[in-house]
Amino acid sequence: MKLKLATMALGAIMAAAPAMADLVFPSLSYRTGPYAAGGIPFADGYADYFTLLNERDGGIGGVPVKLLECETGYNTEKGVECYESTKGEGALVYQPLSTGITYQLIPKATADDIPIHSMGYGRTSAANGDVFSHVFNYPGNYWNGASGAINYLLEINGGDIKGKKVALVYHNSAYGKEPIRTLEELSKKHGYELSALPVDHPGQEQKSQWLQIRRDRPDYVLMWGWGVMNQVAIQEAANIRFPMENFIGIWWSGAEHDVLPAGDAANGYKALTFHNVGRDFPVFDDIQKYVVDAGKAAGAGDQIGNVLYNRGMYAAMLAAEAAKTAQEIHGTKDITAAMMRDGMEALSIDEAKMVELGMPNFGPAFNVSCENHGGPGLVGVTQWDASSKTWSLISDFKPTDTEVIGALIAEDSAAYAAENSIESNCK
Amino acid sequence: MFYREAGDFKTTYAADSQTFPIKFDRIGYYIALIVAFCVLPFMMNDYLVNAIFLPFLIYAIAAIGLNILVGYCGQVSLGTGGFMAVGAYACYKLMTSFPEVNIFIHIVLAGGVTALVGVLFGLPSLRIKGFYLAVATLAAQFFLVWLFNRVPWFYNYSASGQISAPERTLFGIAITGPNTQPWAVYLFCLVFLVISALIARNLTRGSVGRKWMAIRDMDIAAEIIGVDPLKAKLSAFAVSSFFVGISGALFFAVYLGAVEVGEAFGIQKSFLVLFMVIIGGLGSIFGSFAGAAFLVLLPVVLKLVGVDMLGWPTDIVAHFQLVIVGALIIVFLILEPHGLAQLWRITKEKLRLWPFPH
Repeated sequence: MKLKLATMALGAIMAAAPAMADLVFPSLSYRTGPYAAGGIPFADGYADYFTLLNERDGGIGGVPVKLLECETGYNTEKGVECYESTKGEGALVYQPLSTGITYQLIPKATADDIPIHSMGYGRTSAANGDVFSHVFNYPGNYWNGASGAINYLLEINGGDIKGKKVALVYHNSAYGKEPIRTLEELSKKHGYELSALPVDHPGQEQKSQWLQIRRDRPDYVLMWGWGVMNQVAIQEAANIRFPMENFIGIWWSGAEHDVLPAGDAANGYKALTFHNVGRDFPVFDDIQKYVVDAGKAAGAGDQIGNVLYNRGMYAAMLAAEAAKTAQEIHGTKDITAAMMRDGMEALSIDEAKMVELGMPNFGPAFNVSCENHGGPGLVGVTQWDASSKTWSLISDFKPTDTEVIGALIAEDSAAYAAENSIESNCK
Repeated sequence: MFYREAGDFKTTYAADSQTFPIKFDRIGYYIALIVAFCVLPFMMNDYLVNAIFLPFLIYAIAAIGLNILVGYCGQVSLGTGGFMAVGAYACYKLMTSFPEVNIFIHIVLAGGVTALVGVLFGLPSLRIKGFYLAVATLAAQFFLVWLFNRVPWFYNYSASGQISAPERTLFGIAITGPNTQPWAVYLFCLVFLVISALIARNLTRGSVGRKWMAIRDMDIAAEIIGVDPLKAKLSAFAVSSFFVGISGALFFAVYLGAVEVGEAFGIQKSFLVLFMVIIGGLGSIFGSFAGAAFLVLLPVVLKLVGVDMLGWPTDIVAHFQLVIVGALIIVFLILEPHGLAQLWRITKEKLRLWPFPH
């Protein structure tokens, strides 16, 4: 018995030992803790797309992909441990999926010459590639999100929201505080009244915030929430009978598991997005065929088409395309993290490529450049239909107020550059 | 056989009252110091230092600090996370306001600021005791975290409310920021830990420590024999907070580099340090080390075994980790309520008699 166990352990070690030729993509996931509900579908989507590439195409450019999953529990200390333990294996790009961990890794990864892709989260001013050489947050960031939400309000109000009251319910952390500056700037421009209501981690206790909303009667409520906070907020909004169609969440507050607990009361809740929803894309048929039916899915295989699964898959697709670009630029199949960074900076996504990948109209077409690591920042709006249990896109991807956002990005990144004496990256 | 007092004659009072009266202990202590200072720095890499050594060294300082308050003076505190945050934010403000001053001085000053704040929140301990004091320090925890989240001055008005440590050097070697060498940050924290442990050990052996213990064992009796509870309790709060503040400053500036107060210094941090003290052993400096090592190493070891060796899914390992750590804490508290330090004490007693127990 002992011998058997020892052989099994040995076998496991041998199986786990990395083959050096693989392209290594770490996945700092969280399948435990108060944010697991969002972390699981994202991690599944991220893993399944790479499995699909391995099974269907034999990897990226013929080189198999190796996914290293490391559990962070949305905890920055564990995130550091994960980063240090995976970077030695030749990690090409990090997707921390946590604003706190992203902040932590920005200086570290830059010093180690490994790129970070914080897709739609992290430090917004990292869109300025001139300062943040190794950080990418295409195709959209929080300030695009804030501006997109206000643009949508302008659109449904005929272009005038002067005097309207807008409340922001936010996760009291770096993540939740991101949009405040932008919303304040935009309120000067458009003349609405902004009130910000912080909710402390993990967000199960929101009675007082919603009491205040009931008293102040804002016209619209925006939400920057994540994890269990979303479900509670939507339930509380339903309890005070706040009209759901006036309640708009950021893209991290708009997945199935956020609205399902509130049942029919959540009908009409809206959320922003930077990619399409649903499962009517050819790529999902391939995932079903090559990954799920073959028993190789990362999770139970039941998350396909879920908003966050789609997002994880989208992130994996962008990483794979960047790796392909890097292989073309450097003329080698075995790319390093530094080459991966060049590939991400030269990434170009157009509709023809999206169709070819089986994702027609799934996300925007964009080009990354040395100065612009942030992409186009197009924001769409989705709405939840509680009876059919589906999200649908009600406002197409539209540009945001780049004038206001660009000034804020320049200001914040200049402050960071001065604080850390960073020289210009693009000459 | 080899672990005994016999033949180890002391001819001076100083020799008789030294920390390690037994020769074997003393040699072991010097060997440990030599290994820590002269051997380990050459073996450091990014993973070892960031996953194991830095957290261990920093939590050990925090545990020593809390042990002084809880273990030696008997004042239960749940405000450790808040006091660590004070150290971190004090260090951040000092670092950004006076960039030309040495980082070593900033961290000591951050400890000083925390000591002041600790005395302030220690004042209620003169009137309330036991569980009620725990609640009062809990208030400190929540108030301090709220304060650092609420007042933008503390995080220099940055958009996200995060504080991040700029690069600072000591003798031309980077100690904070991204371009640090593993051995440099390791030695930096090690120096702080060794000095803290020396100070704490000697304080607790002297008259100050005896007053603390008198208060802990029976405060009315202590007052009757002439211990001033005001001075004793507040000095315990001050010294304890000083060490906790230093650990908070190191935690932010050297270990994490960027910190968000609610996430890094929340209530779970207070509990973690309290568990370290309880598992390690109340009223023992060695116990603080043992407790910190136990709670820092165990998750890493479980992860290495579960994920890297056995190849299990990461979420299952993470869940098992909670179960195993929880179960071990309960087992420890049932089998040895006085912690790892007591186990070590018993081992030493047995070793003295070995191999002829009768």
